[in-house]
Amino acid sequence: MPKQTFILNGKPVTVNVNDDVRVLWVLRDLLGVTGPKYGCGINVCKACTSHINGKAFNPCSVKVGDLKKKDEVTTIEGLPDTVGEELHPMQQAWINRDVAQCGYCQPGQIMAAVATVKKVRREGRTLRESDLDDIRNICRCGTYARIREAVEEGARNMP
Amino acid sequence: MSVSNTTSSTDSVHNDGAGTTPSGLGRRHFLGYVVGGTTLIAAAEFATPQRASAVIPSAPQIPELYDLEDLQTDAALPTSAMISVTINSDGTASFAIPRAEVGQGITTSTAMILAEELDLPVSKVKVSLAPARPELMFNQLTGGSNTTVSTYTPIRVAAAIARNALLDAAAIELGYAVARLRTFEGLIEAPDGSTITYGELATKAASSSTKQVEVALKATSEHKVVGKPHNRDDALAAVTGQKQFSMDLDIPGALPTMICRAPTLNGTPKRLKNRKKIKRMPGVTHVVKVPTGIAVRARTFGQCIDAIREMEVVWKDGSAEGESDQTILAGLRRAELPMVVPSVPILAQQVDADFTFAFRSSAALEPNCAIADVREDSAEIWAGLKVPILAQQNIAQALGMNQDQVKVNVITSGGSFGHKLFSDAAIEAAQVSKKMKKPVRLMWHRADEPRQGRLHPMCTSRIRATMLAGEVLSFEQRNTSVVTDFSHGLGEIITSTIDEAPTEVGRALGGFGFSQTIFALTQELPYNFGAVTQLLNETDDRFNTGSMRNIYSPDTAVASELVIDMMAKKMKMDPLEFRLKFIKDDRTRACLEKVAEEGNWGRKMPAHRAQGIAVHKEYKGATAVLVEIDTRPSTVNRQRFNAVTGPRVTKVVMAVDAGLVINPRGLEAQMQGGFMDGMALTLTSSCHLRNGKFLEASWDNYYYPRQWNVPTSIDVHIMDPGVDQPGGAGEAGVPASAAAVACAYARATGEVPTYFPINHADISFKPKTFVPPVPKSPTNGLKFTY
Repeated sequence: MPKQTFILNGKPVTVNVNDDVRVLWVLRDLLGVTGPKYGCGINVCKACTSHINGKAFNPCSVKVGDLKKKDEVTTIEGLPDTVGEELHPMQQAWINRDVAQCGYCQPGQIMAAVATVKKVRREGRTLRESDLDDIRNICRCGTYARIREAVEEGARNMP
Repeated sequence: MSVSNTTSSTDSVHNDGAGTTPSGLGRRHFLGYVVGGTTLIAAAEFATPQRASAVIPSAPQIPELYDLEDLQTDAALPTSAMISVTINSDGTASFAIPRAEVGQGITTSTAMILAEELDLPVSKVKVSLAPARPELMFNQLTGGSNTTVSTYTPIRVAAAIARNALLDAAAIELGYAVARLRTFEGLIEAPDGSTITYGELATKAASSSTKQVEVALKATSEHKVVGKPHNRDDALAAVTGQKQFSMDLDIPGALPTMICRAPTLNGTPKRLKNRKKIKRMPGVTHVVKVPTGIAVRARTFGQCIDAIREMEVVWKDGSAEGESDQTILAGLRRAELPMVVPSVPILAQQVDADFTFAFRSSAALEPNCAIADVREDSAEIWAGLKVPILAQQNIAQALGMNQDQVKVNVITSGGSFGHKLFSDAAIEAAQVSKKMKKPVRLMWHRADEPRQGRLHPMCTSRIRATMLAGEVLSFEQRNTSVVTDFSHGLGEIITSTIDEAPTEVGRALGGFGFSQTIFALTQELPYNFGAVTQLLNETDDRFNTGSMRNIYSPDTAVASELVIDMMAKKMKMDPLEFRLKFIKDDRTRACLEKVAEEGNWGRKMPAHRAQGIAVHKEYKGATAVLVEIDTRPSTVNRQRFNAVTGPRVTKVVMAVDAGLVINPRGLEAQMQGGFMDGMALTLTSSCHLRNGKFLEASWDNYYYPRQWNVPTSIDVHIMDPGVDQPGGAGEAGVPASAAAVACAYARATGEVPTYFPINHADISFKPKTFVPPVPKSPTNGLKFTY
């Protein structure tokens, strides 16, 4: 069985599994990293949103064989380390606004929020309502209003 | 332990909230127990005292006398089982609540209630979910927005007994009489300033035998924690990915397992034609046939999906072969009950209206799932279950075991909305594990949820209202619905409890079936409309149905509030003015006046935009919602990839009277979420039945609101009705929200919609394949990074 190697939350990992298994299942079923959630498996609900080399992606829709050795995958578990803190400012904003209800979608929401803020900054501008409208992640508890508030608060405090 | 937790004082304050008990005077006393053990355990019977009976001057509807909350609360009375609070030597208190946390925040609010009565910081109260406790009989059902209504008093009794026992022990340790000691923040302080912690007292306060004690509870006016905003107890775990749901549990050997399901609704498997090939696929360990399909267990879920897509299965017909929305609707029409008032009354004005509501999916984001480890003579289950005792019975039956051989662990759920009242996935997991002789981690594919999962039934609601000389003479509402499945236990509760209801209620309900009983117990039109009748008739039990964040109220409210706007128009009155004239209940009126004022009702709106206003009365409280909607073509026709856009609600003002509020921050969250659900029911969310199959298979098909649909402003105002008992919160936000959005849409477009959701006629997606029943996971995810 092929060996798959990539960097997960700052550390190199190697897993024996076929190339075509999607990264979500490698994370959840083989490596026990359960922050990214399954909600559809077809890149629609975005509950598994994580980062690859600092950008948002959905591991349910990427074959593990397509990851390169140097690719850095960051899940919600590794997000605080990216800023060298106990909690990322976006996670702290989520706590301050008491956003989560059931909490199932929230790891993906936070990862999407961080990537959205970074994207906006790369474009040299500040967050707009339309950027918040663009976030596709579903929250079936309907926490959308507090998510919007938290993204704005997190954006203000991100380094 | 047969003495019940009864009221023993001469307290004159009614339990259902006529006013606040003055501190220390005439306080109710309750009986409970200090339980024998090595650390302090205090217990109360899990039942609440009898309510004072209400007096209603004129022809009340049933819920004014006795509603579903009362019925569920009374269901607790005959049970002799206890709930208990344990004080640990580390200074914490622990309590296992016999209810399910599904996101509604009951572990947090329960910790607050305990902290209040114990004088302990909330962070030191650990609330877990109790496993199935058969001795609780009917009293382990999470639903009907009833958790806080039914648990508020018994939990406080147990906590107050624990605090008293700690004080008794501290009196000996500190050398002062109890009356001179003070409790705060988990400490007991003597007049000389010396202190001792609850942790130090935990074993000293323990009792060698179980003894009955009497206790008084704090008055609402003394509350320091209850009623103040508090963040969720699991907030940190949720945002760090540490919060564990069923599929995150590390149960040894429980490999991923999925089921290949039939192309048509409730089809069943005859045989798998290519079993050998499937068994040889990468990662696959086991393939078995179960009643609902072909189960496959593999190293990863991805390999289960791959295996399902390769399966060649011969299927037997399902339960609705050849049927479509139109044929089911035709069946409903045939079952509709007649109106009493004739259609053309002399002199009077009349409004006749007829609304249809499509099938809707109650699926949460966490799909149906369960872990099962079935052995020769025992079984253990882990799942999000709102009725775990019934799950235990059903699983035992499916396995041919006794109930006590099945351990059922209740795991926090990734949402419920009614979905987790049923144990469909847990029963399947047990059947699969038994057949494979291996532990299994069973999960439904997203596509399975709208296609084979629980739905809110399709229904119609017809209304005829008659007006004469500025008064409303009659208001008749007739709902006709596909059968709602109540086999999750509420049915049994009704059968066994309805005798406890006041006589006039029992008489009114005599001969009703479960559904009609629940309908009659929940529907209340809070207006003085003369002769009011609201009736339900059901037909067609071939669908997998259930409650969906409320049972009948959202549809009933949309229909009645739209008709109220039509009546106002006929009588040339403003919708608010009309409602204020006819509303019959002060608490509902207060909510309505609040949103009208805060939302600036009646402000001039540009073309294609309008306000809508609506109320709902249920759950021992009331709600009112005011919205503003934008139906300009430039808004409705916004283009987005694989998306439903449509009208946008731009502003929401809600007022909620939920009785005594435990956690205003949690209540606000429930209202905000409830609004999204209500808006979804009116504007976007439905399932389409075509030729025996539901078409939806994805969140881009079944259209729950996304960020581009949601209002940018939602203000929630929490009313203080000055009562001492909590009402329901989880479902309370939905009906008036759905209705206010419908009313605003009708006013903005000038046309009253008659089919909900309003976009049901348009199918905005290409249906995914039915064979195979699950879509392939894409591989192009790296093209969409951002």
